[in-house]
Formats: sequence, structure tokens, C-alpha cells
Amino acid sequence: MTDVEFLLWVRGPAFDIATIILCAGIVVRLLEIFLMGRKPDFAEPRGSAMAGGMRTVFHRTLPDPGTLKRSSFTIITGWVFHIGLFVIIFLFVPHILVFERALGVGWPGLPSNIVDAVTVVTIIALLAVLIHRLRDPVLRLLSEFNDYLVWAVTTLPVITGWLAFHRVGAAPPALIGIHILSVELLMVLFPFTKLSHAFTLWIARWYNGAIAGYKGIKS
Amino acid sequence: MKKDQTLGEALRSRGISRRSFLKFCATTASMMALPPSMIPVIAETLEKMRRPSVIWLSFQECTGCTESITRSNSATIEDLIFNVISLDYHHTLQAASGEAAEAARKAAMEENWGKYLVVVDGSIPTGNPGFSTIAGISNVDMLAETVKGAAAIVAVGTCASFGGIPKADPNPTGAVSVSDLVTDKPIINVPGCPPIPVVITGVLVQFLTFGLPELDSLSRPKAFYGQSIHDRCYRRPFYDKGLFAESFDDEGAKKGWCLYKLGCKGPTTYNACATAKWNDGTSFPIEAGHPCLGCSEPDFWDGGGFYKSISTPTGDIGRNAVYAAGAGLLAGAAIGGVLHARKQAAVRKHQRATIDDLGEES
Repeated sequence: MTDVEFLLWVRGPAFDIATIILCAGIVVRLLEIFLMGRKPDFAEPRGSAMAGGMRTVFHRTLPDPGTLKRSSFTIITGWVFHIGLFVIIFLFVPHILVFERALGVGWPGLPSNIVDAVTVVTIIALLAVLIHRLRDPVLRLLSEFNDYLVWAVTTLPVITGWLAFHRVGAAPPALIGIHILSVELLMVLFPFTKLSHAFTLWIARWYNGAIAGYKGIKS
Repeated sequence: MKKDQTLGEALRSRGISRRSFLKFCATTASMMALPPSMIPVIAETLEKMRRPSVIWLSFQECTGCTESITRSNSATIEDLIFNVISLDYHHTLQAASGEAAEAARKAAMEENWGKYLVVVDGSIPTGNPGFSTIAGISNVDMLAETVKGAAAIVAVGTCASFGGIPKADPNPTGAVSVSDLVTDKPIINVPGCPPIPVVITGVLVQFLTFGLPELDSLSRPKAFYGQSIHDRCYRRPFYDKGLFAESFDDEGAKKGWCLYKLGCKGPTTYNACATAKWNDGTSFPIEAGHPCLGCSEPDFWDGGGFYKSISTPTGDIGRNAVYAAGAGLLAGAAIGGVLHARKQAAVRKHQRATIDDLGEES
């Protein structure tokens, strides 16, 4: 297989397979959660479950001061690489073209050298969280294979993308091919690992807030 | 012109001044990114050199490579270098035809056994020997016979270098490149559709002066194919700033912004177009407002569309997503049903403990 054949394969059949697994997987996981159902609450409501739920969805985006003080490293590095990933995925022009092809709508991107700088910061933050996980005895004890797998499939596309942008290490078509393949790995594993927090997070927050809201208390 | 004349003698007899010869050497040196101190070396080597015999084989090709070399630089010294190289066989350019032409090829091979240079343009069909023949000899046989006594082979054009358009899917003739068939001789690939004329002559001069040049992983001389179009493109600042032409006639296109969104393959293409340019340094495709097709790279014809950018998937993502979501709904409902049934079964099996039960145990 030549580099170009490989690139065509990852852009064609492999991307199709990854898209299908990603979309079907997300729908399956959401249905699994929703169809489990909840116990009916027979207590007299003292507030609105919906209002409490929605409030928590937004409110928990910012950490409360106590948590921030206790786990400042985790929270700040977490914020840095999440914002970094957002900028890289949604504001880099070649990536916007993929969304444009999928959704039919595009949006303006950032200059590529800004995205380049953000990528470096993101890689540093991702490495920092891994080192923290390995060095902190409690965190290391709690970590299992899946945690490292999730870290790897998140970090690989960022590093391979950065290498593809700077075209170092291999022929450019191969570099882009490897980068797209690493993204496809992420897409395939996304619904079935902790990465699914990207969509379960909102349900969990809403549910927490709704329980409290129903009881008329703050979550 | 006598065959055993040196190049210097031949040039002088044709009234080419030393000044213009040195100018050519200087241009060649700068093309190869060599220091000025190398100019006399090139001049001296070329001047003393006997005219090397060159056998040019044209297989499955469109003659574009020959057009490129003969037309674009007419009346320049590059053209003369080609006249003074002993081009003993080139079935488009030579006056002889048929038996006489083939006799000239065989005579050149015999006289210069082990020293002649074979230039190939066009791919070689392996499907049926009758797909492409010259004087009744199949391309495979002629290549095998001719390269036996060659010092080296220069594969000119993408067809000879990588298979090119004849090899494009579904490759009806079973076309292959020179390097697919010849493995025991040095091969220099000079791809491009066609290659830049001054790059073809530059590669020949480089080979004649310094021997086999430094090659990249695709056997292309690094002196000419060492940098990507993207890295040397004058529109690169627009790419870096995020300014792109969205169509061929929008404001961005008129302002000369980056053509990445219109499918430019500059980032994955290695060639000298952005520096050496075409038509005596006039311009190159991107300067003329068209994205780079990546013609000096293998399989450029099958690269997923000239006007689709390299980062985008080639399939119909929207349709795939909808089908996948539909399948997910069915699968999710089935899994949900099973889980729900399990939950109900667990509820039914659940035995309530009473105070008395607890009392008995304690």
C-alpha cells in the first residue's frame, strides 16, 4: 500500500466505518441510559426539577471555590486541554472543512499559527495530566487500563496532527493518513469508553440538579 | 558535429560564448542550492566531458514531457545542452524511423556499452505486450534490453517515475513504473506532469557533473524535490493567516489568497514549481490561480479529487451518520428492552425482608 493509497483508505472506507460506529454507538449508549428509566418519585415536589436540572448543567461548568483550591492542578490543566481541544477541533481551517462536508455549514477559523501554538500548550497540558496521574499515589491506584487508553486516544490525534502540520517524521500523505487514522480510533472508542462523558456529562449534571430541584434545594 | 568532441569544443564551434556557458552553470548551481564555488567545478566538468550517449525511450506517454523540454526553453543554452548531448534515439525527435531508428539505438548501445544514459518517459504496460509497442517490440522487452548496458536511468515524468495516468484506477493496461521493473541499475525519478524543463536539464547536468545525486525516498533528486510547494509558495502567508479563496471567482481568489480550500495539494507535493517556475520563470499553476494537483507525487490522479482538500473525507458523511443513527436506534431499543426486562426480573425476584427476618438472624 502506497502512502497515497493509505491516505485514500483512511479518508474513504475507514472514515465511513468510524462515522458509523461513532453515530450508532452514541445513539445506543443514550438509549441504554434513557430506557433504564427512573423510579417514580411520590414525594410532594418542593421546586422545579427542570429548573434545578438546567441550572446545574450550566452552574457546574465552573468549579466551586473549595474544589478549585483542593484540586487546582487537575481543574486548571483540565480546562487548558479542553479549551485547547475545542480550538484545535473546531477552529482549525482544515478541520472546519470536514464539518462543512458533514454538516453542510462552515464557519471562520483561526490563523493556523495560533492553532499551532494552542496545540503545543494542549500537548503540554495532556502530558502534565498523565505525569500527575502516574505520580499521585491515590490517582495511580484508582487508574485502570481504560484511563490510560482514553488518554492515549485523545493525545495521539493532537500529536500526529501537529507532526502532520509541520510535516516531520514521514512523507506528508503518510503523516496526514496517520493523523486521520488516530482520529478514527478516537471516534470508534468514543461511545464505549470514559470519553462518552462528552455527552453523558450533561445528562448526569441535569439529573443531579433535577433531584435537588425537586426537593427545593441547591445541588 | 563529431561524436568525440568535448562539450566545450562543441559549444565553441556553435558560437556559444564562455560567458553564456558560465551563466548556465551558475543558474544550474543556484537551482541545486550549491555555493558559488561550485560553478567552476560544473563548468570544468561539463566542458571536458565527451558528449554522453543518451537513449530516450517513450512508452505509454502523451509526449508532454518531450514537449516540456523542447518548447519551453527554446533558444536557451539548456536547449543546446540537449543538442550537444548525443541524443542517439528519441522516436519523437529523431529523423530516422522504423528499422533505421532501431539500428541507431542498437549502435549507440554497442558503442557506449556501460556508459550510456537511458531516459524513459511513459509507463510500461504489463497486461498485454501488445498494448504498447515500438517497431514491434513490446515496451517491457525494449526497456529490459536497453537498460542492460546503461550507466543509469532517468525516469522523466510521473508515468515513468510512478506509473502516472496510465496506472490510474482501474489501470486497464497493468501500467507500472520503471523502478517496478528495473532493480539493478541506478534510477533517478524526475516526476511531474510534465516535469519543469530546467529541472530535467538540471538533473542531467547534476548527474554528469557529480554522478548520482542525493535522492529522497521516492528516488527524486533532493536538489529539485527537496522542498514542498506549500513551504515555498508565495501564497503561504495567507494560509498562515487563515485567509482562503472559497471559490474561483470570489474576493479571496481575486486577492490571491490561499487555494487550500479549493483542493490545493501543495502541502503534500514536493517539486520546484514555486521556485523555478514555468515558461522561463514566468509563473506556476498556483500563481495562475489554480490549486496544485500534486502531479509530481505517486497516484496523484487517484488522490480523491483535484478540488477536494486533502483533509476532508471522501465518503458521504451525512448519509453515513443518518444510517448509523437509525441502526443505533434499533440496536439501542433492543438493548434497552433487554436491560428493562432484566430489571423487571430482578424486581420480581426481590424478596422483602421483615423485622422478624432480621430478628431471627441476629
